[in-house]
Amino acid sequence: MNALRPADVAPAAEEAPLLGVTGLSKSFGARIACHDVSFDLWPGEVLGVVGESGSGKTTLLHCLSTRLRPDEGRIEYQLRDGRVAELFELSEPARRLLMRTDWGFVHQNPRDGLRLGLSAGANIGERLMAVGARHYGGIREAAVDWLAKVEIDIARVDDTPQTFSGGMQQRLQIARNLVSKPRLVFMDEPTGGLDVSVQARLLDLLRGLCDELGLAAIVVTHDLGVARLLAHRLMVMRGGAVVETGLTDQVLDDPQHAYTQLLVSSMLQ
Amino acid sequence: MSDAAAGNGSYNFAYLDEQTKRMIRRAILKAVAIPGYQVPFASREMPLPYGWGTGGIQVTASIIGQGDTLKVIDQGADDTTNAVSIRHFFERTAGVATTEQTAAASIIQTRHRIPEAPLHDNQIIVYQVPIPEPLRWIEPREAETRKMHALAEYGPMYVRLYEDIAQFGQVTTAYDYPVVVNGRYLMRPSPIPKFDNPKMDMNPALQLFGAGREKRIYAVPPYTSVKSLDFADHPFTVERWAQCCAICGADDSFLDEVITDDQGGCMFVCSDTDYCRSRQTAQAAE
Amino acid sequence: MYVAVKGGEKAIEAAHRLLAETRRGDPGVPELALAQIEGQLALAVDRVMAEGSVYDRELAALAIKQARGDLIEAIFLLRAYRTTLPRLAASEPIDTGKAHLRRRISATFKDVPGGQILGPTFDYTHRLLDFALAAESGAAMAAAPPTPADSGPMPRVSTLLGDQGLIEPNPTEPVEPGDLTRDPLAFPADRALRLQNLARGDEGFLLSLGYSTQRGYGRNHPFAGEIRIGDVEIEVVPPELGFPVVIGEITITECEMVNQFKGSATAPPQFTRGYGLVFGEGERKAMAMALVDRALRAEELGEEVTAPAQDQEFVLYHSDNVEASGFTQHLKLPHYVDFQAELNLIRRMRAEWTEPQAEAAE
Repeated sequence: MNALRPADVAPAAEEAPLLGVTGLSKSFGARIACHDVSFDLWPGEVLGVVGESGSGKTTLLHCLSTRLRPDEGRIEYQLRDGRVAELFELSEPARRLLMRTDWGFVHQNPRDGLRLGLSAGANIGERLMAVGARHYGGIREAAVDWLAKVEIDIARVDDTPQTFSGGMQQRLQIARNLVSKPRLVFMDEPTGGLDVSVQARLLDLLRGLCDELGLAAIVVTHDLGVARLLAHRLMVMRGGAVVETGLTDQVLDDPQHAYTQLLVSSMLQ
Repeated sequence: MSDAAAGNGSYNFAYLDEQTKRMIRRAILKAVAIPGYQVPFASREMPLPYGWGTGGIQVTASIIGQGDTLKVIDQGADDTTNAVSIRHFFERTAGVATTEQTAAASIIQTRHRIPEAPLHDNQIIVYQVPIPEPLRWIEPREAETRKMHALAEYGPMYVRLYEDIAQFGQVTTAYDYPVVVNGRYLMRPSPIPKFDNPKMDMNPALQLFGAGREKRIYAVPPYTSVKSLDFADHPFTVERWAQCCAICGADDSFLDEVITDDQGGCMFVCSDTDYCRSRQTAQAAE
Repeated sequence: MYVAVKGGEKAIEAAHRLLAETRRGDPGVPELALAQIEGQLALAVDRVMAEGSVYDRELAALAIKQARGDLIEAIFLLRAYRTTLPRLAASEPIDTGKAHLRRRISATFKDVPGGQILGPTFDYTHRLLDFALAAESGAAMAAAPPTPADSGPMPRVSTLLGDQGLIEPNPTEPVEPGDLTRDPLAFPADRALRLQNLARGDEGFLLSLGYSTQRGYGRNHPFAGEIRIGDVEIEVVPPELGFPVVIGEITITECEMVNQFKGSATAPPQFTRGYGLVFGEGERKAMAMALVDRALRAEELGEEVTAPAQDQEFVLYHSDNVEASGFTQHLKLPHYVDFQAELNLIRRMRAEWTEPQAEAAE
């Protein structure tokens, strides 16, 4: 079913970014959550959004993934067929389809991003069935493949995630998102709540998958170590505004803005 | 002032007032125009309890006329208590002819079975539906299920089937087995055994579904495709018995298990009493 | 040889005759008169009118008698009867401010203009069974104290608070309310429709939900601002006349709760409201209704929805005891065909399960 009407999309620009954000702002009553945020994201690029809690980075992520409607600004996304569309000018069916196929969303708490009552196999297979997969054997094989890719014992394919450790649940959530070969993944503190050794392993996995699949990602985190490992570029937010952007190593090794300098210096080495 | 309000107990033909019938017929027309889609309607409080067939009764009351012949079955039998009660209701309020013979009926109101004898193209079958929404056990909220139908987001239903096969090796839904109507809408056929699902596909009769308590009407027009959900490598199958009907010998009908003693003795007989009777009659004539 | 059991029809007829006999009970005991039910079981009559959505004391008394005292069955009878009634007109909204009150209390102030009038309440009785009532003595009752002729004006407590801007104002734009008996409920449901649903809703269900909010499942800090029981006039504007005409009087119970205050970027903090209204004397129901009404406004007031009483679909779909009773009791209907299908399935699955066990055992 083609959910995208020609009126919703503009013709492809040459070399358009995957995501083009201009002047994005969102307030809750009198409180400004994020203000005048603009950036471009290119295919295969991982952007880290860092800042303390209250900096507006999570609100930004929810606006970009259309879970929240921004008060101002434009978010332009390049669809698979090359055309560019403003996300809130698309119809709701079109957005829902994007969320299930072209995008992934990795929640901080894997329980928010999994169906706890369903088996691991069903969790991974859901996106495939949502777009018409109708061969049980094929779905199961894809699920098993992905369990192996995220280093979960394939014997657990029929177990529910309730019996999994936190790290395993998070890896299952990643598999569930990536099975549909999304081009853009939103991640909200993907390693938050996991202990340090588990974190390291997960970050390695994520970096490998992003490279292998050419994924673009926007990773929100307060942990600069995570940002350094995953992100090509960083955006530093404070009080709802972007205070500094640049290549990850540059921002972390040679911060220009006073706030960034403060953040970096308070990083545990 | 209507006779009913004057309290002398006589009611409009088939109980419902004409305005209500018109409202229900409009809902039926919309349902027929969109096969498998659940049309909300303003279900009336009836003299029978919600959950006991009020949806089917309202549909029948809205389409029945003086010249119709009505058959009412429950579990395939004309003599079960609720079928008797509903048939009496129409005898009292409409005075129409009633029959137990499937072939002789112009309207068949049914709970939980489709008659074994194939229907023909000037018959209407009215199903009593308890829960119309096929996604209800997956998503309790009506606001969300309406969206899923609008966008044909039926993935979660297949996930349920997948899970059954993964856990039990087969789909464990034995009745009220979900179907796709006219290649578009996911529909619940009402709690008929899956044995009866194939009868809905390309049926010459008009099939109407009424859910009184949940306030929905839906329909399958004649000669419409109705496909039971399955996977390509786990195709939909129906029940089979090792036994035949102990009375008429039928090996192609849905059989009821009847417990005959407390030693584990039992026998199997046709659930469709009219089918069984007509086979017996034919055999006696030979 | 097995013969299919017939006789369902005869069984039903016999059951109906037995029911009529059982309803009458011992013929040596005087038959209940409708006037007795109306007069001496008045609160049962009130509940049946409220949930049956028909204000007619005699009909409600008849329904109670026919239902052998089962109030939900009586409510069902009234509802089914209501379906057959023609609609002649819609009344003007009632003005409870003009009610002739026989009870009026407020928990928010020690004293209010017009005073606290207790009325015929159970509230301060000691719940000791009064065996004197067991004997129908027919003795003359001690005369009840006369109702004060005119206790002065009784402005609403909520109006007094409103004059100081302390409580949110009631909506003022005239809104044509939906009709649940004519159109199916759709979500989101506006407040008028929700209140309609609650007014018809089962008292027990609403009581439990209201209670749950008080215990922390969606707490909204309620105070009983005002409870009024009294008689209001019903007015209709006949098209030929063009002005309102009084066609009768009904008793109503109204409860206004004063709830947790709320502020916003544009307005200073104000108390919020919960509202309950029922036919007849139904104080418990009106209070529970007000608690649930306020809980269902959670989303509108920017509160997090965490508790069952705040969940609109959960509350509004399950509040009707006629629907609930019908569906719960429908389980008594034959389900043997569906059960047969399940038996087939479980036998097959058990066979497949025991096969590998048997093989392993070899």
